[in-house]
Amino acid sequence: MSINDFMTMRHELVLVALVLLVLIVDLNLKKGKKSSIIPISISLFFFHTVIGFLPAQFGSLFGGMYHTDGLTILMKNILNIGVLIIMMQSVNWLNKEENKEKISEFFILLLSTLVGMNFMISSGDFLMLYLGLELATIPMAALAAFTHHQTRSAEAGIKLILSSALSSGILLYGLSMIYGTTGSIYFDTVATHYANTPLQVLAFIFFFTGMAFKISLVPFHLWTADVYEGSPVNVTSYFSVISKGASIFILIMVMFTVFHSIAYLWKDIIYLVAIMTMTIGNLFAIRQKNMKRFLAFSSIAQAGFVLLGIIGGNKIGMTSTVYFVLVYIFSNLGAFGVVSAISAKTGKESMDDYDGLYKTNPMLTLLMMLSVFSLAGIPPVAGFFGKFFLFTSAASGGYYWLIFIAVLNATVSLYYYLLVVKAMFINKNEIPIAYFKSDVITRMGLMVCAIGIFVLGFWSQIYEIINSLTFSIVN
Amino acid sequence: MNILSLFVLIPVLTIIAILFTKDMKQTRIVSAIGMGIQLVVAGLLVYLYLTERNAGNTAAMLFYYDAVWFPTLNIHYTLGVDGISVAMIALTAIVVFAGIFASWMVDFLYREFFISLILLATGVFGFFISLDIFTMFLFYEVAVIPMYLLIGIWGSGPKEYSAMKLTLMLMAGSALLFVGILGIYFYSAPAGGQLTFNLMEIAKHSIPVEMQRFLFPFTFIGFGILGALFPFHTWSPDGHASAPTAVSMLHAGVLMKLGGYGAFRVAMYLMPQAAQEQAWIFLILTGTSVVYGAFGAIAQKDLKYINAYSSVSHCGLVLFAILMMNQTAMNGAIIQMISHGLMTALFFALIGMIYGRTHTRMINEMGGLMKVIPFLGVVYVIAGLASLGLPGLSGFVAEMTIFVGSFQHTDTFHRVATIVATSSIVITAVYILRVVGILLLGPIKDDHFLHLKDAVWYERLSTLTLLLSIAAIGLAPLWLSDMINFSLGPIIQKISGSAIAGIF
Repeated sequence: MSINDFMTMRHELVLVALVLLVLIVDLNLKKGKKSSIIPISISLFFFHTVIGFLPAQFGSLFGGMYHTDGLTILMKNILNIGVLIIMMQSVNWLNKEENKEKISEFFILLLSTLVGMNFMISSGDFLMLYLGLELATIPMAALAAFTHHQTRSAEAGIKLILSSALSSGILLYGLSMIYGTTGSIYFDTVATHYANTPLQVLAFIFFFTGMAFKISLVPFHLWTADVYEGSPVNVTSYFSVISKGASIFILIMVMFTVFHSIAYLWKDIIYLVAIMTMTIGNLFAIRQKNMKRFLAFSSIAQAGFVLLGIIGGNKIGMTSTVYFVLVYIFSNLGAFGVVSAISAKTGKESMDDYDGLYKTNPMLTLLMMLSVFSLAGIPPVAGFFGKFFLFTSAASGGYYWLIFIAVLNATVSLYYYLLVVKAMFINKNEIPIAYFKSDVITRMGLMVCAIGIFVLGFWSQIYEIINSLTFSIVN
Repeated sequence: MNILSLFVLIPVLTIIAILFTKDMKQTRIVSAIGMGIQLVVAGLLVYLYLTERNAGNTAAMLFYYDAVWFPTLNIHYTLGVDGISVAMIALTAIVVFAGIFASWMVDFLYREFFISLILLATGVFGFFISLDIFTMFLFYEVAVIPMYLLIGIWGSGPKEYSAMKLTLMLMAGSALLFVGILGIYFYSAPAGGQLTFNLMEIAKHSIPVEMQRFLFPFTFIGFGILGALFPFHTWSPDGHASAPTAVSMLHAGVLMKLGGYGAFRVAMYLMPQAAQEQAWIFLILTGTSVVYGAFGAIAQKDLKYINAYSSVSHCGLVLFAILMMNQTAMNGAIIQMISHGLMTALFFALIGMIYGRTHTRMINEMGGLMKVIPFLGVVYVIAGLASLGLPGLSGFVAEMTIFVGSFQHTDTFHRVATIVATSSIVITAVYILRVVGILLLGPIKDDHFLHLKDAVWYERLSTLTLLLSIAAIGLAPLWLSDMINFSLGPIIQKISGSAIAGIF
């Protein structure tokens, strides 16, 4: 391998180096001083994020198994930003006494899954995709069980690993059929040989099911709520934002490049799955009282909206999907950031605990309000633009009724998002959560979300940059 | 810089300034100054507009400004006004200005209150100056969402229920609208042409009739919900009754007008054939609104409910007149929007002031108030007379024009519909006079009322601003209707010029 090849894999290699570095630094720290790993890791990752934006080498490696271009780099950078925000928001929680001994594990596991996702996004064949997926999933189960002394957390880890194993199995079965019918696992070869023979259709359905598990589309969402609730808040936000975003990225790329010859088929499937996902996610979210479960179900519904970007099969659709994920990262992390700040300080996670929060913690409340408005798609915050563009792409495919159902669902989602606003602003509470101040890094993490939520919508340049890299379905 | 951008800029700057205020006094002074400037700018706009027109400028839209926002989707930030939007902007500026003074004594979370109120106004101003449907829709939603907080936090009665009902129903309306707008966008140009959200560009090209048939109901009902179209009006009485004074004023006075304005500016202007075909369905619905709203007002005992139902009736009349699709009726519709906006804002302001003194809104618990608070009493009577269409006040001009215009249709259906709608005048007289009789005249029912104080300066300022505007329109309606007529011309031409065989 030449130096150029290394440069092509820059994102992944730097991440691996980071993992090792954190490990080494941790070994050399004295007991009781372990918490200094937090600023070190965060600043290291910050540099990685910045480096990610430098001009990159495009190309493919290992005979086409791995490839990078502008779009994959962009997707990786988007994920990096999200992970950086999550790291910043978890400082409070990591500093707690019970976590003191395993701070470095958090970062190592987090970065390992990120390496997996990066490989997944850059994959040029199904084997790489599968490897990346597994590399992303297994550390994630360890993260879910991070506070393993709590039964719920341990349970979440087990649930995640079991359901992931099942979905990976299904996915692999689909891949084996793809290989069996086309004789190849490379994306471009498979794409040229793909037709609509029954076995190939079945293979696609298996593949889609496997991915649907990861994105937690209905009816493959049943693991989501329990795992989200059981895991620590910051891990939950990682699942619902980064992991989901990465899976959506890879899904849309594979759908557009590999399975374009059966687009007529997957459009029908997505039509149904989108309706089910939006509706069921919303109906369940209405009844949730625990903030984490609440955000979990609402994120299921959001995944349903994303499918509207895929269904059109056009360039606007892909741009809007990537853009929506970017906006979603900021809005959902804003909401999760508040939940995590409150949970780290007071241990309270129920919606009732948020009653009267505005009186005591106005800044947190305002951020929460902005985030849920953005999630609900209310202008002038970014979520509105994200949703509008997604729906525009579906409209260009002529799916007006689907859009109508989606917008009605957005109205339903507004109802439960407003319940949070109502709790914080309107409901009376004898003893609201007392005023507290989070540490500097956490507050910065929250600020970044607030700025992102405001700026992303108005700054049309971002949409244009994404649009210059995306592609339409291959004909 | 374009004068129209000021209408968004000034409120935003006011909001930012409010963030830096220290106490209640500063907050309301800043708000009053901000909205005062806005009112002056609105007056300036009317003046500039008329000067331009008198100088012979016949462009459809004046003060046109265009900037690309999202090049890929061809979304622009396009501004421009014609006589109709200028009139609506002036109305908004007056009502907001009066609203600030009507909420002078809000002391609970006052900063947040004024910020939300002005944010709502920003949305409304933005809506009226936009020519790009995307930004129009954006501003529409910006105007709707602060309502939730305004009613939920500062409201009264079952405020949480009302706030949620109002927000969700209006958002469901915008869901319909959304589909309509996207449909319009994708048929905004002939196949292969550059798609656009620009209202004036789309109007040059005609959307295929079969698409119009599909999209028109979405768009019209979407706007209609905001205009309290029967049977989607149920958010209005609850919302208005629970909202704090200034919010009721703004909402009934201005926000509901967004519905009427959008219904003809977007729905009917861009999809004239479908409008011609389907008008009869909506005429029946709006006719029902008019009569049902008036009867509803008779049955109510709460002052705010009475006025809310009366708003349903009057706003129904706006949509009713728009659907008549001729110059006279549409002219009447727009004057009715303005007249009703001022009138109902005045009513809600008065109700708020009376409630602040008597602590009840039930008419049967009050009586003889004219003796103790003569100023408010007299203004109430004048507002009532305007509402039932007394010549010399704005209500008469509006209703007269509407019914004359409606009666110009010679076929039975339109004639019957007009006669039914006209009956609302009588019903209106019943509920207005009944309220005036019980509330203001007769013996004083409660000893506490003997010590009530009459209006103070800010209340007088608020009510007189509105009252003078009502009288101005009533006494000199011609300049207003001229201003509107000129701009209505091309719209009417587009709507009626594309007539295909109607059902009636």
